[in-house]
Amino acid sequence: MSGVDVRLPATLPPLFPGLPRRLDLEVGSVAVAFAVLDERWPGLRDRLCEPGPRLRPHIVVYVDGERAGLETRLAPGQRLDVVAAISGG
Amino acid sequence: MPRVIVLVGTRKGAFVLESDAARRDWQLRGPYCEGWPVYGALLDPETGAIYAAATSEWHGPAVWRSADLGRTWAHSSEGLGYPEGELRLSKLAGLALAHGRVLAGGEAAGLFASEDGGATWAVVSTLDGLPGRESWNDPAQQPPGHLGLAGLLPHPDDAARLWVVVQGYGIFETGDGGATWTPRNRGLRADWPLPADAEVGFCVHKLVLSADRTRLYQQNHCGVHVSDDEGRTWREITDGLPADFGFAAAAHPRDRDAFFVVPLDPGHGRCMPDGRAAVWRTRDAGASWQRLDRGLPQQHAHLGVLREGMAIDSLDRAGVYVGTSTGQVFASADEGESWTEIARYLPGIASVSVAVLE
Repeated sequence: MSGVDVRLPATLPPLFPGLPRRLDLEVGSVAVAFAVLDERWPGLRDRLCEPGPRLRPHIVVYVDGERAGLETRLAPGQRLDVVAAISGG
Repeated sequence: MPRVIVLVGTRKGAFVLESDAARRDWQLRGPYCEGWPVYGALLDPETGAIYAAATSEWHGPAVWRSADLGRTWAHSSEGLGYPEGELRLSKLAGLALAHGRVLAGGEAAGLFASEDGGATWAVVSTLDGLPGRESWNDPAQQPPGHLGLAGLLPHPDDAARLWVVVQGYGIFETGDGGATWTPRNRGLRADWPLPADAEVGFCVHKLVLSADRTRLYQQNHCGVHVSDDEGRTWREITDGLPADFGFAAAAHPRDRDAFFVVPLDPGHGRCMPDGRAAVWRTRDAGASWQRLDRGLPQQHAHLGVLREGMAIDSLDRAGVYVGTSTGQVFASADEGESWTEIARYLPGIASVSVAVLE
């Protein structure tokens, strides 16, 4: 891994052909990570963010295990987990 | 040979039931839409495309589209949202196809339209300035979630004309494509305090138009009603039904006097009364009602049917389809005289629609 280790929820890849659960991205913040993903898989940011943008109510992000937000900075070697939380059944 | 396609929207995706004109043998396909909750699914007979209004608890609202009767799907929510800082689109509550457009109703209440087959969307109206608009968007006055624009009834002959239903507030009509709206609730009944001249505050569950476009019917929280002046005034036709409460309604494809409802207990249960399943039909615009239960379960059948849960096809002897909140689909190929179960064990059903492909 040379960049940020990005882990996506299992609910996301079925919506975007070719999207893996795990990617290595050279990005400086969570918002930029989502923008980069949205460029490669158009519409992906809408699945994670509402207008604003702000995170959808049941989408949670962690950076190196700490709760984070769209503005949270990222550095090479860090891990970004995007989690679909507390819904379903 | 015509193909009859029944689309079923459920808590866990969309399903397709297919038969021929006999409507005796059915094939079930699905689930589609990745198991997202689907609140409305429609087939456009002009293009053969299926649209499904869905909202994922995690990934939000989107309209899904299939050009091949469900085998492959695409989804989009581009433009499906309110400007930052105003309303929040928590769910897609309604779907309609008319005059080459796809229409979607949102929670919070707003009308969206797509001119390109669901690829991109734009807000048509959030009903600004109308009576009730501030209170239906007031979080302190809302049930869990939002009150939404749950009913969409485009006029089949006039692209600028549309009736919409805001949950708990009533019907609004536009004749100019959504620029201006007029409440259409006079004569409706409410079991809660309202001013004598109230224009809004009525709980319309399902609004349908007769085949000849001259009559509107509705199943309301408080009774079944008919209007012969395009919604300007309403008259109650509940007498003869076992309950005034219900959600679903369907109008006959040719006979303006024929109309179907599914009465439910109005309390917390909201199931068919006495555990005995029945659809009710009038053939004289509500002067009398017939209980239709042949082939439907008559013991311990505590079935609910939601507002989009009934549909009627356009064949010579019209077929009627009912989907339950416990996952059964019942079909009648003889205008409700007899019924068979054509699907069971589906997830809870929110919507049923039908189209006939020649």
